[in-house]
Amino acid sequence: MNEENKAKVDAIIRKWSGKRGALIMALHELQGQFGYVPWEEALYLGQELGIPMAKIYECLTFYNYFKVKAPGKYVISVCDGTACHIKGGASLIEELEKELGVPAGATTDDGLFYVQVVRCLGCCGLAPVMVINGVTYGKLTTDKIKSIINEWRAKEGN
Amino acid sequence: MVEMTPEQIEKLKAVGRMQKDKLLQMGKDFTANNEKYDATIFTCNATSCHSGGGQNVYEALKQALETAGLSERVRLVATGCMGLCAAGPMTRIEIKGRKPFLYKEMTPDVAHLIVEQHIKPLLGHPEMELKLAPHLQEKELSMDLPFFTKQRRVVLKHLGSSDPEDLGEYVANGGYQALIKCLFEMTPEQVLDEIKKSGLRGRGGGGFPTGKKWELLAKAPLVDGEKFIICNGDEGDPGAYMDSCILGGGSHAVLEGMLIAAYATGATSGWFYVRAEYPLALERVELAIKQAKKAGILGKNIFGTDFSFMAELRIGAGAFVCGEETALMMSLEGNKGTPRPRPPYPTEKGLFQKPTIINNVETWANVPQIILNGADWFASVGTETSKGTKVFALTGKVKHSGLVEVPMGTTVKEMVEDVGGGTSTGKPFKAVQTGGPSGGVIPAKELNLPLCYEELKKIGSMMGSGGMIVMDESDSMVEIAKFYLGFTVDESCGKCAPCRLGGYQMLKLLTKIADGKGTHADLEKIKEIGSAMQKGSLCGLGQTSPNPVLSTIKYFPEEYEALLQDKDEKKGC
Repeated sequence: MNEENKAKVDAIIRKWSGKRGALIMALHELQGQFGYVPWEEALYLGQELGIPMAKIYECLTFYNYFKVKAPGKYVISVCDGTACHIKGGASLIEELEKELGVPAGATTDDGLFYVQVVRCLGCCGLAPVMVINGVTYGKLTTDKIKSIINEWRAKEGN
Repeated sequence: MVEMTPEQIEKLKAVGRMQKDKLLQMGKDFTANNEKYDATIFTCNATSCHSGGGQNVYEALKQALETAGLSERVRLVATGCMGLCAAGPMTRIEIKGRKPFLYKEMTPDVAHLIVEQHIKPLLGHPEMELKLAPHLQEKELSMDLPFFTKQRRVVLKHLGSSDPEDLGEYVANGGYQALIKCLFEMTPEQVLDEIKKSGLRGRGGGGFPTGKKWELLAKAPLVDGEKFIICNGDEGDPGAYMDSCILGGGSHAVLEGMLIAAYATGATSGWFYVRAEYPLALERVELAIKQAKKAGILGKNIFGTDFSFMAELRIGAGAFVCGEETALMMSLEGNKGTPRPRPPYPTEKGLFQKPTIINNVETWANVPQIILNGADWFASVGTETSKGTKVFALTGKVKHSGLVEVPMGTTVKEMVEDVGGGTSTGKPFKAVQTGGPSGGVIPAKELNLPLCYEELKKIGSMMGSGGMIVMDESDSMVEIAKFYLGFTVDESCGKCAPCRLGGYQMLKLLTKIADGKGTHADLEKIKEIGSAMQKGSLCGLGQTSPNPVLSTIKYFPEEYEALLQDKDEKKGC
């Protein structure tokens, strides 16, 4: 852990030290800082807050929201909540997997795209829905996937 | 903490009394300022419309008003959910002295045209008739649609017609006046009686009488000087977003409900537990707490009384089981969210081992309305045992998909055909699912079933938090059952065997059947496991997770039968 990262973690520790039930909130903030929860930083946080390593690992692996590995540059969240599911959410996932060549939950080899399946993004009126780095694609059909991904690829200039 | 001297307390109370006057003045100031405008544009920026480009529409409207030099005369408001999410982003034009006008499927281009061709010509010309060019006309959404007229919006009343971030507007709409009424005109016992009399029941799904729950907490003694109340905003049901919209549309109503409960029960602090996946709701809860602290609505000796209360926000981390109250408390304490056995009930040993009550977002939002309008007013709507209104997220294959609030007892038929406008595919309606992964299906033949706690339970579903998914003829019930069971198996915390093992085995058998390899014996086994899970699981997740499977087997046996390998053989031979 470099000094810069340590300073970031220290700020989180100062904020949550001595507060009840702080672990989950502190982990949220770690993820907010780094995009995922880096193990070394999490351990340091645990030591300073007096929380054992086992408990931190338990929480990180229990809750779906925490990522223990750095995701790709562009995070693709495909909704498979009920409303999206019955309107073809599952076929979107298949199409994405085909287009990117990785299964959901994995990052492409070039580190660009990370695909995750989520349960309800709260905009069921637009089902089926996919979100890429905050940009929402609603009422989506499989034939649009390729061009959407290509738009994001184009941002990289290749 | 250092004890305060009587003088210090008196000083604090004097500040509190001033803060109360200041807050009420905020409401008056808002109203006075609002009078100045000749028109208001309400544009929906709740999650669904926002995702569909609502923010761009807002920016375009703002720019168009500036260009037209109308910013001083027309108020532009980015509102909470207007309801008809499928037709979003929505924008409503209210010009003084005219009927409101609603636009659907807004784009930035249309926004500019509306300002130029709809608003600008009409301002200051009350006699002029509204004449719209065809490209604007086709964007009109009739406000006489049954989708709007069949609703009764109590909790959602101001969502689509106010600025969720404006405390003054909340007060101008009657906000915090229920709290003031409680603090200055009612004893805690009277507040409790009023809630009991109203017949309000938990909107999170279980339907436990709210007043009874509060009474248990009121009777519980303080432990180390503390008692807690929690707002359960961990809306994990996939396909349901009521709580997200209620919180996102301004969290003050929920906070006010919690404050009233705290006054009635003697609770010392409150906690919001909200899903991490709802950034807008989180932002608004945080803002409401901040505004309330600043205005003296949270803190010590609120409004100069002896009542003190604090509230904090905690963020969930994507575990469906945390919607269960004991698991939620485990999570709030900083642990993995696994449920614990009851008794002891949370009102005896809850959060941090102290007496606690947990109510759902929608339940809290109902409370100020009951205090303001009276228990009788609230109880005059609904059925014998289910009072008031209920918010549903009406989704799936329904034409008018969105967020709706209807009186309890509204029938499935009214919901699907009138409010929902029928199926979106034009194919015959087959079933609706309520209660998400904990609920069951209501088949088309039960169209006249009134939506209330008892009736839904009777047919093997449940009210749930308000997810309502419409399915048409093309949906396979076996697939739907598999989808839900797959979800709960994935979300099972693994603590108790019936849920952990039962769910897994049941899913294996169900998959076998769906793949056309199952037998009658497998189907029987599924029923047996389901029944064992219902009886033996530790918490609501395991107890209810067989429901989607068992209810589809009950109402659509032919779909299962058709997939069985030994379908032609007589059962039991």
